[in-house]
This record gives sequence, C-alpha cells and structure tokens, in this order.
Amino acid sequence: MNRTVTIEVKQLDRVVIRFAGDSGDGMQLTGDRFTAETASFGNDLSTLPNFPAEIRAPAGTLPGVSSFQLHFADHDILTPGDAPDVLIAMNPAALKANLKDVPRGATLIVDTADFTARNLKRIGYDENPLETGELDAYHVIALNLTGMTVESVKEFGLTRKDASRAKNMYALGLVSWLFQRPVESTITFLETKFAGKPDIRDANIAAFRAGYNFGETAEEFSVRYEVKPASMPTGTYRNISGNLALAYGLVAGAQRAGLPLVLGAYPITPASDVLHELSKLKRFNVTTIQAEDEIAGVGAALGASFGGALGVTTSSGPGISLKSETIGLGVMLELPLVVCDIQRAGPSTGMPTKTEQADLLQVMFGRNGEAPLPVLAAQSPADCFAIAIEAARIAITYRTPVIVLSDGYLANGSEPWQIPAVDELPAIEPNFTLEPNATGDDGAPKYLPYLRDPETLARAWAVPGTPGLDHRIGGLEKEDKTGNISYDPANHDLMIRTRQAKVDAVARSIPPVEVDDPDGTAKVLVLGWGSTYGPIGAGVRRVRRVGGKVAQAHLRHLNPFPDNLGDVLRSYDKVLVPEMNLGQLALLLRSKYLVDVVSYAQVRGMPLGAAELAEVIGNLVEETAGIDDDARHLGAAAAAVKHGEALADQNGHGHLKEGAR
Amino acid sequence: MSTVELGMPSLPNGLRGVPAATEPQNRKEYVSDQEVRWCPGCGDYAVLAAFQGFLPELGIKRENVAIVSGIGCSSRFPYYLSTYGMHSIHGRAPAIATGLATARPDLSVWVVTGDGDALSIGGNHLIHTLRRNVNLKILLFNNRIYGLTKGQYSPTSEPGKVTKSTPMGSVDNPFNPVSLALGAEATFVARTVDSDRKHLTSVLRAAAEHRGTAFVEIYQNCPIFNDNAFEAFKDPETRDDAIIPLVHGEPIRFGTDGRLGVVRDGFASLAVKEIADLPNGEADLVVHDAHTEDPAYAFALSRLTDGGVLHRAPVGVFRSVEHPAYDDMVRQQISTAQEAQGPGDLQALVTGSDTWTVN
Repeated sequence: MNRTVTIEVKQLDRVVIRFAGDSGDGMQLTGDRFTAETASFGNDLSTLPNFPAEIRAPAGTLPGVSSFQLHFADHDILTPGDAPDVLIAMNPAALKANLKDVPRGATLIVDTADFTARNLKRIGYDENPLETGELDAYHVIALNLTGMTVESVKEFGLTRKDASRAKNMYALGLVSWLFQRPVESTITFLETKFAGKPDIRDANIAAFRAGYNFGETAEEFSVRYEVKPASMPTGTYRNISGNLALAYGLVAGAQRAGLPLVLGAYPITPASDVLHELSKLKRFNVTTIQAEDEIAGVGAALGASFGGALGVTTSSGPGISLKSETIGLGVMLELPLVVCDIQRAGPSTGMPTKTEQADLLQVMFGRNGEAPLPVLAAQSPADCFAIAIEAARIAITYRTPVIVLSDGYLANGSEPWQIPAVDELPAIEPNFTLEPNATGDDGAPKYLPYLRDPETLARAWAVPGTPGLDHRIGGLEKEDKTGNISYDPANHDLMIRTRQAKVDAVARSIPPVEVDDPDGTAKVLVLGWGSTYGPIGAGVRRVRRVGGKVAQAHLRHLNPFPDNLGDVLRSYDKVLVPEMNLGQLALLLRSKYLVDVVSYAQVRGMPLGAAELAEVIGNLVEETAGIDDDARHLGAAAAAVKHGEALADQNGHGHLKEGAR
Repeated sequence: MSTVELGMPSLPNGLRGVPAATEPQNRKEYVSDQEVRWCPGCGDYAVLAAFQGFLPELGIKRENVAIVSGIGCSSRFPYYLSTYGMHSIHGRAPAIATGLATARPDLSVWVVTGDGDALSIGGNHLIHTLRRNVNLKILLFNNRIYGLTKGQYSPTSEPGKVTKSTPMGSVDNPFNPVSLALGAEATFVARTVDSDRKHLTSVLRAAAEHRGTAFVEIYQNCPIFNDNAFEAFKDPETRDDAIIPLVHGEPIRFGTDGRLGVVRDGFASLAVKEIADLPNGEADLVVHDAHTEDPAYAFALSRLTDGGVLHRAPVGVFRSVEHPAYDDMVRQQISTAQEAQGPGDLQALVTGSDTWTVN
C-alpha cells in the first residue's frame, strides 16, 4: 500500500512514553526493549517500571495493570517524567488505570480488541469511552492491535492465543517507527530469547516488523517524531538499572579488595534481582547462598566474613528487621559486612512493589544497645555501582557492618551510565594481621584482636588458619585490646565510645558535601538523600528557569554525615528536606545540628514529582524573601514549566528544556 | 629397621581440604587461657575434656579448627579451646557456620549448641543445615532444660515438667532431637552420653570423619535445674537395661545378661523384646546397619527413645550415609564456571553487550 500523504518529521527535545497493559501482556519487556533502543540511539533517559505484586492478577482488571514509563531527551534529564506524552494502552483497564496521569492533549494509542461490553462493564465503564467523546481532549489512535498481530503471524500456524501474545511486539514496532528508534537490537534480542522456539521467535519478529511497517503505511499517522541524541560527556555508555549496578558494584568492591564475595540472601521484592545477578557471576569467585530465611542470610554472610571473605546480604525493610540482631553482632565482632536495604513501602508487608525511603531510622537505630554503623544511600540507578564499592571500602577498612540504602525506584529504574575503567577504581586494602601484634607479660609475642589502628580505629583482623593468632570473639562485651569477656563498667563505657568513635572516624575519609549554588546568593537550600536526587534536581531547575534562586545538595553518606554539613546548613536561611517518609532525615538534622529544617514529606509509594517539588521550592524561596502568600507566583510558574505539552500538538513547538544541570 | 611412617596418618574424608598438622599435638595445646565458668558438676566439663583430648587425634593444624556456638551454657564452649571461635547469638550458629564452611574448605568447622538454642529459637537453621548437608559438625548438648535463664522447660523437657515457667506442669509435646534430625534427612546422626568418655570420643571421631553435616546429640546433665535427668544411663543398677547400644554390623542386643533385643515390629517399626520370647532367639534381632539409605530405619530406631522421663534410649550412630556436601558442590560450581568461562573479566562485565560511544 502506498501512502497518499507524505509523512512529516517533527523535532522534539524530550518525550515521556508509558506502556500499559495486563501484567501478563509483557509490558515490562516491551519497556525494556524500547529503553534499549533509545539508549543505543544516544538519548539521555530515565525509566519507571510500575507493576502489581501479584504475578498474574485476574486478566483485564484494574489491579492487574502493569506499566513502564520512559522519559528520553536530547539533553540530560533527571526523572522518568511526571506525566506521559504518549500512553499505549493494551486493554480497557490499562486505559482507565492510567488516564488520570495523562495530561489533555497527549496521545493515546489504544488496542481496541478487548473493548467489549463485558470487559468494559467489568471495570466500571457503562459505555465504550472510545465512542462517547469523553476522550476528545486527547489525540486518540484506536487500533485493533491484537487483530493485526494475529493477521501478521498467521503463516506460523500458531493458536490464536499464542499468536495474540505477540501483540506487545507489534505495539513496540509501531512505537519504534513513530519515534524513529533503531530496531536491530530488538530483532537480535528476540532471536536470542526465543532461540529454542523457532515458531515463537519468528512470530514475534514478524509482529514487531509488521507493527513498524504499519506505521509506515497507515493513514492514521501523518507525523513521526525525532528526538536527537543527547550531548553527553565523551565516553562509552550503557543503560543500567539500580539492582544490576549494585550487583556489579559489590563484585567490583570485592575484586578491588582481592576478597571472595559471599552473598547470603533470602528472596524479597524488590531486592531479589541482586541475588539473581550475583548468582550468575560465579567466575568472579562469587558465592551465593539462598538461605532458609533472612536471619540465616545475614548469618552466612557474617560467617563468611569471619573466614576472611566479603560477606554481603541483600534485602528490603521487612528482612532488615529480621537481620537486626545479627547486624548488631557484626558491630560487636567488628567484622566487614555489607547490608543492602532495597527499601519498599512499609510498614509491615506494606506495598512490596512500590518505592519509599522510610527505613533510614530503622537502619540508623534499629538495634539493641549503642550499635552505630555507617549508612550510605545511592542517588540514582547508576550510582548504586559506586555506592556499593564505597560500602565495601568502609566495611573492610573499618571492620564494620555498613548499610547501603537503595529503593524500589532505583532498583528497577534505569539510566545511561558512562562505563568506568575498572582499573581506576579505588583499591581496597584488607590489611589482614598475619603476625603477633603485641608482647605478653612473659615477653612472648601475642595477638590482641582488639588492638586498633590509631587513625581508623579499625581492629586487627586475623582470619582462621593464621598460625599463632587463634582467638575467640563473640557478642559479649569485650575487654579493650584482648577481646576477652569483660563486665567491667569503665571498660564497657570505653568500648561503647570507641565503637562510636570508629564510625565517626569514617567522616575523615569522605568528601565534603557539595552545594550547587550557581551565583552563591540563594537563601534556600534543598537537601535530599537517596532516590529523590532526580526529582529534586528537576524541581530546582524549574525554579531557576523562572528566575528563582535556590541551592541544592545531596547526601550519599548518612552516617557519619560529611564534616562540613553543619556549616552548610547554617549558611542558608531555610533548608528544605524533601523525603518519601515523614521526615526522617529532617529529624536527624534537627537533633544533630539544631537547624530547624523544613520537611517536605510525601509517602505515596511513588517517586516525588518534579512539578510538585518545583512548586514547594518556589513557594519557600518567596516566603524566605518575605513575599506574602497571595503575592507568590514563583512556585506556580515553576510547576507550570514544561507541563503537559502535547506531543500531538500539530503546530509542533516541542518542549521546553529543563535547563542545564 | 622397619619402615614406620613417621608423618601423620592421611586425613579422613570429613577433613579433606584441611591442612594436616606437621607435628603431633597434645591436649594441653587445645586448652585456652580462659577460666572455665560452668557450675560445679555440670556435664559440660566432661564433654569439654573429651573434646580437648580428642582434637589432637584428628591430626589437623590447630589454627584450622573453628568452633561456632550460639547462646546458652554450652555455647561458652569456644572460649575454652585455643582454636578460632565465635560465640554468636541465640540459635544462629548453624547459619553462621554454613557461611564459614562454604567460604573456607580448609577449616574443620564445629557448632556447639543446646536444646533451647538448636531446637527452639534456632530450629529453622538446624533443619536446613541438615538437609543441605553442609560439611560441619553439630554437637547438641541436651540437658532438657534452660540453664542460663535459670530453669524454664525446654523443647526436649518431658510432658508435665514442673519448672519456673510451668508451675502446673508443661503441656508441650517435646522434640526427640534424633528423630527431628532424621526427619530432615541428616546424613550422620548419633547420640552419646556426657559421662561415657570412651563412647563420646568414638562418636566425635566418627562425626569428624563424616563428610557433610554430622549431628550428635549428647545427653548432658544439668546438676542445678534438671539433675539426674539421665540417671538411668549412669546408675550401674539400671544402665544395662537403659542403653540400647548401636554398633554397625552387630545385632542390637542389650540388657542385663543380654536378655533384650530389637526386632522388626509391624509396618516400619521396631520394638524391644525379651530374646527368650523370640521364636528364633538372637537370629530374630535386627542387625544394625548405619549405612541404610532410607532414613525410615534410623527413624524407627530413634522412636525406641522414651518420650517422657528417660528410662531407655538407643545410643551410638543411628545413620551414616555418603551424600554430596553442600559446600563442596557450591565450590564445584565456582570451579566449573571458572573453567568454562575463564576467571571473570570485570571490565567486560560492567561494559556488557549494548553500549554506545559519545565522541
């Protein structure tokens, strides 16, 4: 079929696209493939998978809807985007569940195959929304994607059910055409994934190509869009998710220390992928023990550390609760241990597939007695790599358990990552004790397991198998230096203070917190930690774009804090602390520095939005400047920057840029 | 001159991978400088003495012995031995030892635990360690009471036991530790008694020689909170009728003048009978075969243990079968991966297959 209308190509600087369907429709895979195509094209990108905890909720229902959002641009971006410009809805439930997030003027690509009276009624539509006019404010492209998919694969002789399962690839092909994505990697991917099932492989590739060609030939599409590659620093890039980056960072940390890695873990959402990834890396001398429970997972890790390996355990909030006693033992034994908490919405079972950062106080204080330990938090998916190496460095250098905080958003989200040269990563020195380190009263050489390095306060670490240095350690209070059991009051006080001083000493090895304050005249500082880095950065850019002056800083080290943090906080009139909890960092800052920070707390199981933060920041900037409530406009203006620009705006203004970092 | 081998004998399978001692060792070398602080008369003293006396016989380097304990009176054990040791937290020693044994094939790893530690708070780790068959040895000191917390009933206390927490008598049904271990398909399961040093030592040796998890229940007297719980096994008047000795390859016969024996009795069960009452006399007795693959046989033996106050129980090695050890297989997978794919290339790993370059 030849076109009668030529296709126009419109330039856009950024697009937010969301794929939505039944949890069995393969939306996560579709999103992953579109992401890979987009990454290889060279756009900057950020992703937000969002799925139910149920593996297969009843088909066609609202709770069963799974989605994947991708933001890609020709400039650097920080978030997966607040609102989609394009929604691909594979059934009525996907349309209904996602429509509230889609601004008017956006494009809806809808598979009409399941829009039967029965299916519509099931989710509360009395009439077909595609026919009532209620979607007139959107640019609706209603197509029988399933029907066209089945038609496109009929030569392979599949059942209708099997044939229709390729509809996600048909949709992917269509959207790949619409945004001029390179398709070779997806075809290679399908060839590999279904290598053992030639029928399925060929059907998926045929459906993908048919979807692409449909865009080329169908009259429904008169416009294609182009988002040019982003200009990024010179280097080689890949796309990486937080959990994969964390797994690779743990391996890199162990390798740089020359230690075997032993992971003890129990499956838990959203941490299990770290276990999956590490279990594939045995050739790196990585041992993974899928333990009988969370306690055994951390126990096996600590036992391996006692044996001179780098013990690691990975979990989420509920699992960390169970591990607390063993982590406390690690504090007492003073052995390296890396504990990764991929936070999810709590309390209790909470919302396992949704994100949150409400475990900060748990990991800071959730142990009996005075049991301090270093706490780190990754700020983006790719940063999980660097933070894991930093955790290994601190754990091994200081002989202490270290907590790494990530969360569901970082774990499953992805972004381009400039691949580091691994030889240039910091080397970590285990500095095992191999010889006696003291002399006894009888003049004979002896080993004191709790003799400390004067700089780091790290204890002397001799591992089993070292001749002449046999010793016993345990959870009972130790005598200074000898490690023998001691109930002496003064000794207990000394040891409590020494363990605290050792953790405090970590601050001397970490960089000061950097403040982004372009002309140094801002009166408001926005301080965040963890995965809010992206949304806060996007919010700050918007405020600056409409003329507001605001400074931004982000913490990766939460215990101890960087040494200059108190001075930084006190040098601003107001400090805003946005968090996905009820103000846990704010509480720590207030108690430690006596600075009355302003807490912005939202706990919805979703990342903070750039627009909502822009409004909050803008309002605080004006409030600090003494501008009355009813005279304020900065927040509203900032929130409106880049909001709901229609992709289908045929006048084609594209989007405003978010502004340079 | 005869050609006597002056070196140490080659190590048994259970100690494969552990470096052999280059010189003979003695008991004193294994005694630490810490003062032993159990109550006078505690059965733990006898076990400690036997263990300290037995370790030199193993012929391995002292620094390659690691003992991990939990919490309870018996868990003080590691402090009193000059080996590497960890006094960990309540119930978790098998989990910690699993990580240690998996990471370090050159260590002889022992877990010392009690009836509360192993069967109550740590029950989950115990059964999973047993089913995995990790190469470590578990010594469960069973005194049928909580000692360190001053006298509450334990998961092995007999029904009706009056303690501080059960003034009207315990209504809990107790565990039989040997039955539990066999239910988890443990590959080596034995029982011995604190006061019989010779038997205790022979069981410890068999446990050390076993590759995989060895589970040893030791009847151990608590003179303060549960004195004489095992008196039937110690009193010369009663012990011959109380102890059912399990000796591999021999008919199971015991009692004063050898008048009693163990015979098959109905579906998968065993019973104690007077030999005089058996149609074929001794020929009807079960010949003990610890290598029986089906754990049902050893389980049936374990059920000859009294459930309440102990008057009779089998003692010896119930089961000893060869199965692959968890930690050996874990390490084998690492070797296989390294042989097949070469040692890991970290740069290639982090780079992956889908990259693009910005110039």
